[in-house]
Amino acid sequence: MAIDKETVKYVAHLARIELQPDELEKLSGQLHDILGFIDKLSRLDTSRVNPSSHILPISNVLREDKPRDSLSPDKALENAPVKKGNFFSVPKILE
Amino acid sequence: MKYQTVIGLEVHLQLKTKTKAFCGCAIDFGREPNSSVCPVCLGFPGSLPVYNKEALNYAIKVALALGCQVQEHTKFDRKNYFYPDLPKNYQISQYDLPLSRYGFLDITADGKPKRIGITRVHLEEDAGKLIHETEASLVDFNRAGIPLLEIVSEPDLNSAQEAFDYLTRLKTIIEYLDVSDCDMEKGSLRCDANISLRPEGIKELGVKTELKNMNSFKGVKDALNFEAGRQAELLESGRAMEQDTRLWDAQKNITVSMRTKEGAKDYRYFPDPDLTVFIIGQEMISGIKDSLPELPGLKLRRFVEEYSLSEYDAGILVSYKKDAEFAEECLKQYPGKDKKNMANWLIGPLLSEANTRNLSLHQLGVNIDELTSLIGFVQRQELSHLNAKSVLTQMLDSGRSAQEIIKERNLLQISDTAELEQVIIAVIRENEKSVNDLKNGKANALMFLVGQVMKKSSGKANPKIVQELIKRRIDNA
Repeated sequence: MAIDKETVKYVAHLARIELQPDELEKLSGQLHDILGFIDKLSRLDTSRVNPSSHILPISNVLREDKPRDSLSPDKALENAPVKKGNFFSVPKILE
Repeated sequence: MKYQTVIGLEVHLQLKTKTKAFCGCAIDFGREPNSSVCPVCLGFPGSLPVYNKEALNYAIKVALALGCQVQEHTKFDRKNYFYPDLPKNYQISQYDLPLSRYGFLDITADGKPKRIGITRVHLEEDAGKLIHETEASLVDFNRAGIPLLEIVSEPDLNSAQEAFDYLTRLKTIIEYLDVSDCDMEKGSLRCDANISLRPEGIKELGVKTELKNMNSFKGVKDALNFEAGRQAELLESGRAMEQDTRLWDAQKNITVSMRTKEGAKDYRYFPDPDLTVFIIGQEMISGIKDSLPELPGLKLRRFVEEYSLSEYDAGILVSYKKDAEFAEECLKQYPGKDKKNMANWLIGPLLSEANTRNLSLHQLGVNIDELTSLIGFVQRQELSHLNAKSVLTQMLDSGRSAQEIIKERNLLQISDTAELEQVIIAVIRENEKSVNDLKNGKANALMFLVGQVMKKSSGKANPKIVQELIKRRIDNA
């Protein structure tokens, strides 16, 4: 899979990462190499292997519907960069 | 040109579990902002979500009630996007292995039954709540992580009315299951709609718009009606339809484009490594199936068969579970095989009392024995229907018995012919003209004379008997 600069730009935008032109250059190359490396896996014959969606052979981990203590609003908001009253405050979102 | 409207609905349902989907924070809507939050639902690094057993139970109930096939293998995926109400920058949802697929919901379209396909019912979580101020937006994460079900219909709906009917029936079923409050105004049920138009007879779907921001079933209907008109006008004028997301403005009664800048959404779904897969065995499914209550569709059929009710009457009685249970208790306790009288009382006077009192049927607190006794008075022609209705009102107001009220207000109909004859003789004497009219074959005159007798007896005379007595008297004269 070829990774061109446009793809890197697009992925960077989706992740809200701002890249400088030289970073774009560098990352395009690196991502290309990484994906090429991973691509080796596709040489394996997996036709007899069931698809897996989890690395651990466990399933159905559930918990009972029992309330437990939550954080206090003070604690929850302790590290918020900006807060107002008991709310987290963020730059205005236009609906 | 004639167009066919094609609508698909996406319903989000908050499950009313005690705790959130992936953490033990209590779900309690009265709480102050950010007081029901923890490292899991705030998306703090290192926290681990574990799914709520009860939420899974509820979800399977809904899936089964909608005739879905519950999938043996199901898993959670991350849906990635940035928005301040989403603390993890991804929503835990389901992508390629949803909880269930291939269900259906039966509605009525133009008086005929119509089956609407349900594509899937899957699990996900709610986001936080945003409050927009002039300078900033404020976030409350109490709602973040509440278990949601997404119920996606096939594009099988062909009018706003059908969409409305689909939502009403869906709500009735969910209420029967008692797994959600289903209150659109409070946001426990939300609905987005996809709508497109295509020329009649053409198979290919037209360009669709997605409608959001409706906060009542009526809002959904109005928005769809408006949008169908808008699209028809656009197509008619030859302009191209653009795929768009539009917001319903309930004040102005129009849809407005959101003008989203970004192209196709790219959520980069991938399996959530923090959560294990779920294997839902037949045993679990049949266990839950057995625990399902009788659903409204089946109850309606049974009411029609067991109590010989009309489909319309049965439909009214089954639309709320508790009312249906109350109604059935009344029908069961009503003596005899013919239950029509009790059914008429339930749908007529009782329902109208409930409406005036802003209660539902079962909340009226009516004693079934007393109700049966009241209907008995009318059946035996000892009480007029009109008076019986006013006795019912008084019974509900005071909690006193029918017998007591009828006696106190002296409402028993006079069926004693000797007593009635006295009144009739007086009426005939005072209304010579009408008597002559009657003799000359004017049928109206009879009703007038009966009315006079009723008046003289303060409404207590039994009109049927009076009618016969007058006729006999005049024929023999």
